[in-house]
Amino acid sequence: MLAKIARKCFPRSLWVYHCNSGACNGCDIEILNILTPYYDVERFGIKLVGSPRHADVMLLSGAVTRPTLPLVRKAYAAMPGPKLVFGVGSCAAGGGCWFDTYNVSGGGAKAVPVDYIIPGCPPRPEAIIFGVALALGLVDKKAAPVEMKQVEFPIDMYERNKAWEERNVIYKVLNT
Amino acid sequence: MWLASKIKQVLMVAKPGVVTLKYPFAPHPAPENYRGAPHWDHTKCVGCAGCANHCPARTILVRDLCQEIRVLLYDGARCTYCGRCAEVCPEKAITMTPRFEQATSDRNDITESLELFMLTCGRCGRCYDMEKTNAIDKLGLTGYRYDSLEARTVLRRATDTFQPKELDRTERYERPETTGD
Repeated sequence: MLAKIARKCFPRSLWVYHCNSGACNGCDIEILNILTPYYDVERFGIKLVGSPRHADVMLLSGAVTRPTLPLVRKAYAAMPGPKLVFGVGSCAAGGGCWFDTYNVSGGGAKAVPVDYIIPGCPPRPEAIIFGVALALGLVDKKAAPVEMKQVEFPIDMYERNKAWEERNVIYKVLNT
Repeated sequence: MWLASKIKQVLMVAKPGVVTLKYPFAPHPAPENYRGAPHWDHTKCVGCAGCANHCPARTILVRDLCQEIRVLLYDGARCTYCGRCAEVCPEKAITMTPRFEQATSDRNDITESLELFMLTCGRCGRCYDMEKTNAIDKLGLTGYRYDSLEARTVLRRATDTFQPKELDRTERYERPETTGD
């Protein structure tokens, strides 16, 4: 009980290491923007540290280019566990426009295991705060996969499939 | 004397008040004309795949399951919200919504998939090319194909079932698996 209250009152502060793996500095400016008084993330205990050895979270920005790939892996290995990786921006989340370029490994997920992705080019500061708050459990996830179908099918493929699957039923009926 | 200056300092600091946003606890909507995640209107979409052709990140994929059904997949992970798909859409089926809270732990959460019905052209039998068709095959398929019985034999017809082979044939649209090292 006391431990639960203590965990609620004194949650862990996330110390953030900002790793630029060939980003265009758009995401980096937004990351620095959330440390300003306007979007003050230090109220959640988030602090920017200079070394991966001090960090709990790696904010990975940029599609991981070929020269930075071993360095990103080294920085990830230098972080003490438990560790989280945030892919900030479309490049780190999925590779951006450079997902299959010859000198880019194609997104942060190809270099290190990315736990949370924050798409956007660059993401709004609010979007980054939302992602961090999602990891801290302060907000609920708002994204969900969307699946839609055109309903006015002149030829109903599903019924045709069903008819094809049940094409031998008539013989079963006749034989009995 | 020093106390007066301190009081003055406190008053100066207190004057602007708190500027910090209460963002995750209070909503802070995006400004007007903000381009967030795109959204497809499946009732308007005609399946022309113009958005897929114009996407700089090639994050909109179009594949044909059979002749009638075309599937449009949108993977929001590498979408840069540039809005070119909404610009190029002839039916204005794509809108750039002001949604920006797309942070997720699962890459599958920000995908969108549409299953579109494609009509068969009465003249040529096919309104669109299969993805694997090469130029020589295309030459054989052009023209009034229903005119001759010989041409009919090379005409692709609809499949009776959803064929997993057809999905396997479109390996052009798979995500690249090679890493940079």
